[in-house]
Amino acid sequence: MSTSSVDIKRRGRNLGERAFIALSLVAIAIPLLILVGLVANTLVDALGRIDWDFLVGYPSRRASAAGIFPALIGSLWLIGLTALIALPLGVGAALWLEEYGGKSRLAGFIEVNIANLAGVPSIIYGLLGLGLFVRFLDLGRSVLAGALTLSLLVMPIVIMATREALRTVPGHLREAAAALGATRWQVIRQVVLPMALPGVLTGAILAISRAIGETAPLIVVGALTYMTFLPADPGDPFTALPIQIYNWVSRPQEAFLVNAAAGIMVLLVTMLTLNSVAVLLRNRLQRRTR
Amino acid sequence: MADLTLPDPVTRHDTGHASRPRHRTRSVTPLGEKLIEWTLLACGLVSIFTTLGILAVLLVEAVGFFDEVSLADFFGDTQWTPLFADKHFGIWPLISGTFLTTAIATLVAVPFGLLAAIYLSEFAPARARRILKPALEVLAGVPTIVYGYFALVVVTPLLQQVFPGLAGFNALSAGLVMGIMIIPMVSSLSEDALHAVPMSLREASWGLGAARLTTIFKVVLPAAMSGIVASIILAVSRAIGETMIVAIAAGQQPRLTLDPSVPVETMTSYIVQVSMGDTPTGTIEYRTIFAVGVTLFAMTLVMNVLSRRFVKRFRYGGTR
Repeated sequence: MSTSSVDIKRRGRNLGERAFIALSLVAIAIPLLILVGLVANTLVDALGRIDWDFLVGYPSRRASAAGIFPALIGSLWLIGLTALIALPLGVGAALWLEEYGGKSRLAGFIEVNIANLAGVPSIIYGLLGLGLFVRFLDLGRSVLAGALTLSLLVMPIVIMATREALRTVPGHLREAAAALGATRWQVIRQVVLPMALPGVLTGAILAISRAIGETAPLIVVGALTYMTFLPADPGDPFTALPIQIYNWVSRPQEAFLVNAAAGIMVLLVTMLTLNSVAVLLRNRLQRRTR
Repeated sequence: MADLTLPDPVTRHDTGHASRPRHRTRSVTPLGEKLIEWTLLACGLVSIFTTLGILAVLLVEAVGFFDEVSLADFFGDTQWTPLFADKHFGIWPLISGTFLTTAIATLVAVPFGLLAAIYLSEFAPARARRILKPALEVLAGVPTIVYGYFALVVVTPLLQQVFPGLAGFNALSAGLVMGIMIIPMVSSLSEDALHAVPMSLREASWGLGAARLTTIFKVVLPAAMSGIVASIILAVSRAIGETMIVAIAAGQQPRLTLDPSVPVETMTSYIVQVSMGDTPTGTIEYRTIFAVGVTLFAMTLVMNVLSRRFVKRFRYGGTR
């Protein structure tokens, strides 16, 4: 609050105020330090375990021989398919809400719906996936069923980020294009979407990094915990990185906990890379559109 | 924006307009436009179908469940043992487990989150705020499986040094870690609410001679109260639905207790437990997860609707 800081500094701070500020800073520092401690601790546990064999190895009953290759490939399948399904649907929904729906009753209803869906626990999406995709549509416990489930789960994220981005496109640009004879879709396709692209991409990456860490819905949908082959098409059974980690965490032997730590580091590094790419991409695109 | 060049097809369409027969532009292009609009609308409708799908799946299987188990048993029995030979279907042990971990998490998240929010909104220099707010939000972005590992491998052994009686799986460790995870839900939303309080209110209070802390606690906090309450409800709802931390660190023993030192089972970790086993579909054991799911869904839905009510108030209802 920059407006307030000027006259406040002039007043000086009394003892109670200083104590309060110190307390608040401690309240911010503790969770952040715990986060650092969490990552550092996991890293220390994992360092001796991560090597090439771990990345390209298959699960094994011997902890020291086990690898995460099927889980890695499974996660790639999942996020690839999820992106293919959730991004067009989410961006489409956002476009309708912002550019067509206006203040209509239907738009309001869809909006409330999306807000509610964003608050639904992820495990409930798992039950939806199990009932709808695995059983009713008979897709089985396949990578496609998992990806469809994750797609519905992350759609609210894509929609919200895209709407935010669409709202930053100034209205007079739309009017100018329309005045030149462009149809509604031409305005969107050639003026609105290119300008909103950085925001849309950020939303896409947020959604993907959420999908890559999700565990509970995939357990309910029926990801395998021990897989010695790779999924070859969307109808195949699958496992995923978080599932493999959960499998190792829930074993009593110490050696498997080390494997879990190594798996977690791979997961965190993947997410960090994704997010950095998002930031870089956004910065670059923002510079170009300005 | 001055150098915005006209996209090609727009010009083409514009100039070609006069030379083409009029009915073509009228019938063909508008139809394409309509098709696009309908396609986009269909994308929007997916969200409605998702909600309907959730309701349909949960209700169909839950109705099958309540055909065999009476509501009186479900809400009257105090034991939950669907996977044993002697089956009891009382939901209370799962609700007490959920309540216990959620309560511990809330007790952590509210003080930390509120202090952070007040500092960020009322004291922090603009630069500190720009860095600290997103830094705290990272806490909510860490996958929950990572927190689960942390609770089990680090927090529980640490706590056991302080409380020797603590079981290897317990509600305390899971609740504490979950509390850290939901701090940003309280801090970010509350900070937004505090930030939205008009400067003139603070200035009026200072003008009357009130000290800075007095102003915060007597003027700013009350004015932002509905937003703060909304953020807390949202955080609680997130804790109720959180799965992996409790499934890993709190244990899988349904137990009607409020003792944070023993293993308990939450609604979410029961669903995980059944999903990890090979319970055949169509059996009563299989249907229990949908009955539990309906209960969980209803609880979080009520909280989310409540929370949005409060947010609306602080957005449109002014300060009262």
